[in-house]
Amino acid sequence: MSILVDKKTRLVVQGITGSEGSFHTIQMVEYGTKVVAGVTPGKGGTKFEGIPIYNTVEETVINQKANTSIIFVPPAFAADAILEASNAGIKVIICVTEGIPTSDMIKVYNSIKNKEVVLVGPNCPGAISPGKAKVGIMPGFIHKKGTIGIVSRSGTLTYEAVKQIVDVGLGQSTAVGIGGDPIIGSKFTDIIKMFSEDPDTEGVVMIGEIGGTAEEEAAAFIKKNVSKPVVGFIAGRTAPPGRRMGHAGAIIAGGKGTAVEKMAVMKKAGIKVVESPADIGITMLKSLEKVQKKSGIKTASKKKVTTKKK
Amino acid sequence: MKIHEYQGKEILRKFNVPVPRGGVVFSGEEAVKIAKEELGGDIWVVKAQIHAGGRGKGGGVKVAKSLHEVWEFASQIIGMNLVTHQTGPEGNVVKRLLIEEGINIDNEFYIGITLDRAQSKNVMMVSTEGGIEIEKVAAETPEKIIKEIIEPELGMQPYQARKLAFVLGFEGDQHKKAVKFLMALYNVYEKTDASLVEINPLVVTKEGDIIALDAKMNFDDNALYRLKDIAEYRDLDEEDALEVEASKYNLNYIKLDGNVGCMVNGAGLAMATMDIIKLAGGEPANFLDVGGGADKDTVANGFKIILSDANVKAILINIFGGIVRCDRVAQGVIDATKWMHVNIPIVVRLEGTNAKEARVLLNESELNFEVASSFKDAAEKVTAVLKN
Repeated sequence: MSILVDKKTRLVVQGITGSEGSFHTIQMVEYGTKVVAGVTPGKGGTKFEGIPIYNTVEETVINQKANTSIIFVPPAFAADAILEASNAGIKVIICVTEGIPTSDMIKVYNSIKNKEVVLVGPNCPGAISPGKAKVGIMPGFIHKKGTIGIVSRSGTLTYEAVKQIVDVGLGQSTAVGIGGDPIIGSKFTDIIKMFSEDPDTEGVVMIGEIGGTAEEEAAAFIKKNVSKPVVGFIAGRTAPPGRRMGHAGAIIAGGKGTAVEKMAVMKKAGIKVVESPADIGITMLKSLEKVQKKSGIKTASKKKVTTKKK
Repeated sequence: MKIHEYQGKEILRKFNVPVPRGGVVFSGEEAVKIAKEELGGDIWVVKAQIHAGGRGKGGGVKVAKSLHEVWEFASQIIGMNLVTHQTGPEGNVVKRLLIEEGINIDNEFYIGITLDRAQSKNVMMVSTEGGIEIEKVAAETPEKIIKEIIEPELGMQPYQARKLAFVLGFEGDQHKKAVKFLMALYNVYEKTDASLVEINPLVVTKEGDIIALDAKMNFDDNALYRLKDIAEYRDLDEEDALEVEASKYNLNYIKLDGNVGCMVNGAGLAMATMDIIKLAGGEPANFLDVGGGADKDTVANGFKIILSDANVKAILINIFGGIVRCDRVAQGVIDATKWMHVNIPIVVRLEGTNAKEARVLLNESELNFEVASSFKDAAEKVTAVLKN
């Protein structure tokens, strides 16, 4: 198994005819994702690369049995696009759009949070279950099928973690970028809960950053509920307070949300916190070997790991 | 986006939130003119306008008891380098002043509205401990900050304002005034896509009025496209010149005090790269996210920005190419290095799409790049470079 996206994913691309939407649709199809429809209001009835385009998400659910959506529409219209997908009966919504006003997201988040829908993002790279489906903008080829769940607030830093996991001979069940905004549909806790319940995930890598308290909440959840090994890193230890470090959510405000604070809380919860972002892969491998030694299972890593040579 | 206190008060006035009478000036002469002709009275406050708190302690706020003092204080403060706990040791040069009527203060309170990220809802916070640093109150006596979560579908409700006004100890007519004030203040927050509205202090005057004596407002950058009036309040003098320059090239740059410049794609990886520079024994000179489309021009502009900081002794380029092709980035790095005659060590780590081709290009160029094969290797190369 895996989480969020897999072979059963039937994807609708909202904003399929835009430059981002069309480029990534082709990439996702090439990876093997089942892209069953696109939505661009006013272009219903036409096609893009053989994929039928509809005016509304509802039509894609009815006609193409779409169950997952990815959103590439511009920030001013993205909140509306999320609500449309949710009300049309889509079960997993991945919103890539960056720059949605916070006040829009407050309304959207609170209006869909009790519904049977999972929102990932906004301002995120999406989710990929290697070998099954890629619903996002990440480079598919760096991933490898395996047993590690990766969850991160960032894009390229997720790719870095993915690469390190592959370099030590492991792979991913699913890698999820949850987004760098102050309000996001799925927080660390939501995704880690899914990984914890997923039989194919043996270990979890969580990559946080400064700002907010989502990492602390996840640490409390992990301490109480998660027995799988978790490796953590927090980016932004050298970030000055009061400055927004690229992501709208990455800001140390009122002395809260520092990396040091988060790392301490995570360590206390039993998470293997790495000081250097270059040690994510190797630490995961060691944690996994420890667990497997205890339970007498053979290591999932097939490749023998040698120290990096030039 | 941050704005000045006087701008915040202009906005509050528009939304019927009571603020002292006053106006912005740029010289001692203008200060006297406004004090005499527009404000009148016999006591005035001269307030430095910079985007940082703690101005009073730093000597940027003075009470004048004569028109001569208005001139004297205004002339002193304008042009001064004001250092507060929020400006950092280098301080901010004061270019604008707010001249206000004097207020007879009877009591001071704190009111703040912001996003509660854990709840994903807005929250109004009040405290009887007004006029002092709220961070201190939060750390030492958190029970003195009372919060009310605002339901997004409903907005702030009168019962919530009544409750908070009672908590602050208001009674009778004043309670009514306080409720009106809080409701109006929340309205400002919501209508302007603010990310923070902070009134510290809110004062009760000896005459019984309730007034916002200070006003701090921050706005959601993502919403500025629909807030044309507020976007115009942006004061480029308050921002780092290099950062403003970088934003013209769509580069997200923040200047820091270290010696190793870095150029990275993605905010998270950029922060992680800064962290690894520190672990390698250096200090990051900047945060620089070149975004998704790192090409030749981006790299050249990035170099230009990084190199305008004289403290930079080495550069670390860390690009994880997804959509971006590493060989193109490498060519950009080679061209820019030649063209700009960069003569400090450059450690380059390119990973992802076409990374191998990129390494070949870099190694075959006649230039002296330190080509790193992994994140770890990049850190080690930075350490080595700094030792030489």
